[in-house]
Amino acid sequence: MDRHIRVGARRRVRGAINLYYYAAPRTFYPLAGRMARVFYAVAVVLGAIGLYIAFFVAPTDAQQGEGYRIIFLHVPAAWMSMFLYVVMAFWAAVGLAFNTRLSSMMAQAIAPTGAWMAFLALWTGALWGKPMWGTWWVWDARLTSELILLFLYLGFMALQAAIDDPRRADRAGAVLAIVGVVNVPIIYFSVQWWNTLHQGASVSLTRSPSMAATMLWGMLVMALAFWMYCLGATLTRVRAIILERERRSDWAHELALGKERDA
Amino acid sequence: MKWESLGQFLAMGGYALYVWGSFAVTVAVIAVELALLRVRGRAARKAAAAPPEGDAS
Repeated sequence: MDRHIRVGARRRVRGAINLYYYAAPRTFYPLAGRMARVFYAVAVVLGAIGLYIAFFVAPTDAQQGEGYRIIFLHVPAAWMSMFLYVVMAFWAAVGLAFNTRLSSMMAQAIAPTGAWMAFLALWTGALWGKPMWGTWWVWDARLTSELILLFLYLGFMALQAAIDDPRRADRAGAVLAIVGVVNVPIIYFSVQWWNTLHQGASVSLTRSPSMAATMLWGMLVMALAFWMYCLGATLTRVRAIILERERRSDWAHELALGKERDA
Repeated sequence: MKWESLGQFLAMGGYALYVWGSFAVTVAVIAVELALLRVRGRAARKAAAAPPEGDAS
């Protein structure tokens, strides 16, 4: 009984790696595993460097003392929460437009990590707000729009979980994800558009950053570490999703049996 | 080294609760997410390894 489905695209076309080859869940599965290991390793290295800068190199802040060091976790988490949402909506939209299964699986894999990042941004923000503003929470534009971002992630996950047919769930989730994108620029520009308790951006593309160089470097290295971690976690999750959805296919069955024997 | 003692480092200039509270929860979130991923991956492999006939869902 040899009914292996032939993989449509060739791995290499005229010497170059053919990216369409990896658009099939079956071929992406092992690649995602190798990539995830690399991203985790880079995340650990960058995280160690970033934390060293954060706690041992960056100077004490003139106004906020040592309390400002929350920035090294807060800003990377907040950036990732917004960035991941855009990436999630992008893959959801690609899946909706071109009916590519793997794109929709990527969107589904990103959502929980994005939700965790939004939660961390809110949590570290509350712990920063209490000593500096005197309150854990305030309904200002920045905080409220970030909370809405968390609810968008949770809504996307709940909607997908509520629909049994995965392809229908993908389409419904994609519409929600795409509509919710409008919230991301609202979060980003909220500190300019409204009079918020939250401070303005410390880092901007158009002017020099309003912080010491070592603080900035620590923050950027930590942001990269968070990014690499999120890539690793997303790819690990997409592997699980691929197996969940393809579990009736021969390749997934044989792969799982091989894994079971090895384990 | 900018810290004179371990105690001073842990005190974080009086912001220990806020700085370490942020740090601890971040570490916990990463640990929980990785643990959940492990469980989910194992369950997916087990489901795919099961014979197709016995799969009702």
